[in-house]
Amino acid sequence: MSRIVRTAADIIYPFILIFGLYVVAHGHLTPGGGFQGGAVIATGGALVIVAYSYVEVREWLSGKVLMGQEVIGLVGFIGVALLALAFGQVFFFNYLNASGSLFGIPVPYGINAGELNTGGFVPLMNFSVGCEVWGGLTLVILYMLSGLEKEGC
Amino acid sequence: MKKMIVLLVSLLILSAFLGVMALTFTFGAPKMTDMDDYFLRFGQEQTGTNNQCTSVTFDFRGFDTLGESTVLFCAVIGVALIFRKMQAGEEHENE
Repeated sequence: MSRIVRTAADIIYPFILIFGLYVVAHGHLTPGGGFQGGAVIATGGALVIVAYSYVEVREWLSGKVLMGQEVIGLVGFIGVALLALAFGQVFFFNYLNASGSLFGIPVPYGINAGELNTGGFVPLMNFSVGCEVWGGLTLVILYMLSGLEKEGC
Repeated sequence: MKKMIVLLVSLLILSAFLGVMALTFTFGAPKMTDMDDYFLRFGQEQTGTNNQCTSVTFDFRGFDTLGESTVLFCAVIGVALIFRKMQAGEEHENE
């Protein structure tokens, strides 16, 4: 597309990325989570693919990297859930909650200020799902917009 | 004429359905609240998340999210299969 659209996409894209990562990272405190944050980041990818042509974007975005990101997300999700068995608990037990270690600050019942270092394994789950949705949706958009030619838009 | 009858009957059924709903249930007083109350009362202490939606989707009902992730993975694989590059000599069937 025109130079104006490309410049605007260049400026906006980092902010979309930061906002999406914020939604993923604060999934256990504010509305949002892994799926929503990953979808926000994927819209940034869609913006770049539409602003530039598919041929140009293909040099920066590798399908293999995105697919690897997706696989890492899904395997990480299952792995985090399976780690509960190593702690002698059942599958999907929140073993990190109130343990005092990573993400382990106990949360009292009721209204509280919200601490980023809480939530047990929920932030880890959010990160892995966000990683998966980021890779997966960007890959879908990349495949679906593969017909965009350099001259056509 | 036939269309009018069909429209009338479907309108009647819909209004009867909604009327029964409106007469039977009272707004703000759901019938089954045991599980909601449990999530709201113990969710913060048991999962450590202030956002109860996330605590339900990722902790209490983690299996659902696992299936959701798998569905997304399969969808991406299907899209990749449909939009793949055609090999030499390979063609779409209905072209």
